[in-house]
Amino acid sequence: MLMEEIIKAIFPLIVYFTAVFLAFNGVLIIVAYTVLAERKILGWIQGRIGPNRVGPWGLLQPFADLLKFIFKEEIAPDKSTKFVYFLAPLVALICALMPIIVYPFGPPIKTIDWSFLPYGLGDGIKQLPLVIADFDVALLYVLSITSVGVYGIALAGWASNSKYSLMGGLRSSAQMISYELAMGASILGVVMMAGSLSLTKIIEAQTRYPTRWFIIPQFIGFIVFLTAAFAETNRVPFDLPEAETELVAGFHTEYSALKFALFFMAEYVNMFTVSVMCSTLFLGGWYVPGLSRIFEYGSIPYAVVSHIAFLLKIFFFLFLYIWVRGTLPRFRFDQLMSFGWKFLLPVAIGNLVFTTIMVYLGIF
Amino acid sequence: MITTALFFLFAGFAIACAVLMVYHKNPLYSAIALIGVFIALACIYMLLAAPFIAAVQVLVYAGAIMVLVIFVIMLLNLEEDRPLTRLRHLYLIGSILGLVLLVQTLFIFYAVKKSPQSAQEQADAGLTINIGRAMFTEYLLPVEIAGVLLLMAIVGAMVLSRRLKETRLEIIQKEKRQ
Repeated sequence: MLMEEIIKAIFPLIVYFTAVFLAFNGVLIIVAYTVLAERKILGWIQGRIGPNRVGPWGLLQPFADLLKFIFKEEIAPDKSTKFVYFLAPLVALICALMPIIVYPFGPPIKTIDWSFLPYGLGDGIKQLPLVIADFDVALLYVLSITSVGVYGIALAGWASNSKYSLMGGLRSSAQMISYELAMGASILGVVMMAGSLSLTKIIEAQTRYPTRWFIIPQFIGFIVFLTAAFAETNRVPFDLPEAETELVAGFHTEYSALKFALFFMAEYVNMFTVSVMCSTLFLGGWYVPGLSRIFEYGSIPYAVVSHIAFLLKIFFFLFLYIWVRGTLPRFRFDQLMSFGWKFLLPVAIGNLVFTTIMVYLGIF
Repeated sequence: MITTALFFLFAGFAIACAVLMVYHKNPLYSAIALIGVFIALACIYMLLAAPFIAAVQVLVYAGAIMVLVIFVIMLLNLEEDRPLTRLRHLYLIGSILGLVLLVQTLFIFYAVKKSPQSAQEQADAGLTINIGRAMFTEYLLPVEIAGVLLLMAIVGAMVLSRRLKETRLEIIQKEKRQ
């Protein structure tokens, strides 16, 4: 009897733990290879070869880099505030990883009958959702977690007790706070058209929508979101926090070894999150138009094809990040701020008003 | 069972952070502890089936207001706070306010006991759509008043931080000299 209760209490934990383990590791491996892809593609854009020594085509490079980061000496500056100094990279990485639990990886799969499991554990399970936590406010959850991620950078800049770090940290926090507004306002159009903050419901709304993807009615919102997202993740052309010529390496100047690796990973996981948001909100997420005519909705091939489509959309956005990095120069800081506040935010709000009117009139 | 364990975990974390916030000498650590309180509260809201409130709690308090507080602390480079003897009388006011909060909590317990809602009603009350509906029908007046208040604050900030143009400034200075 006691055994049964213990198993009933622990079983959901095991299921969720497995799901979280798979999702996190999958995302982290993709992120590791994004770094390699970035170096390869940048090399290709600049007429170089890129890393090609570790493994065939440099395929083992991410692991070599990670090992190197782990085995480097841990150094903390003498006058740094130690607790905050070590807390900052953890905050950055944890806030980057937490949105993974709401990624809609694919459509639900109708599964086999699970009633053979003991103690009625499998009762009532009709489908296997390819998302870990699907709750009412997933979109707000992602926004709020990324807004907490600012602390990682701000505290790192302050705790290092170095002028370069402080300036980098301040710049980057100011930038993230400013562009968060434009980002939030650009998403609201999609929310209004879908009538929900849940990512699953937003994708479902796109499957029913006449033009399928929300990128067509929400093109302005898409452009604003993409631009703001580049600034949110501190990437070129908005990589002011780490403008090498002015600030050495910005907020992570004083960070070495694994602590630097955590910041580095956080940046790339954030890029992944933004790509997921872009493809989910504007490109239909896992939804492939017309696929339900070939495969039955809920079958395993349908889910596999949808999941591959989802990944391809994400890879496109990741490629876009690298492509932009290879081609565009950097903004000046005052240009960046005035662009965010005086151009991007009004455009996003204008789009919001326009969408409201259109939704009210029933055109969108 | 797990829910109860999680509740005590987050509640304990919130209380520990709150105590740390009040008693730590370094203002930056106090601010970080306050962020911990907000996040723990958001987790408790989540356990109470109010995901919207939880997300907004983190977004507004932890993500926006506390960033500004931390900015100010970082830029002012405040020294470790010395005990403020001249603010002793605030202890009395603080205890009275704490007592009022406690009485309010007891009153809420009493009210909930008196008219219990069904589990379904409680779960639905936290959904975004129900909060939105309530805000724009039942509680429309408070929402409007809060909106006007926020607008006033924004306009006030704009007026205070606005930079006068060089020429205009010169005109004013000339007028003063005369």
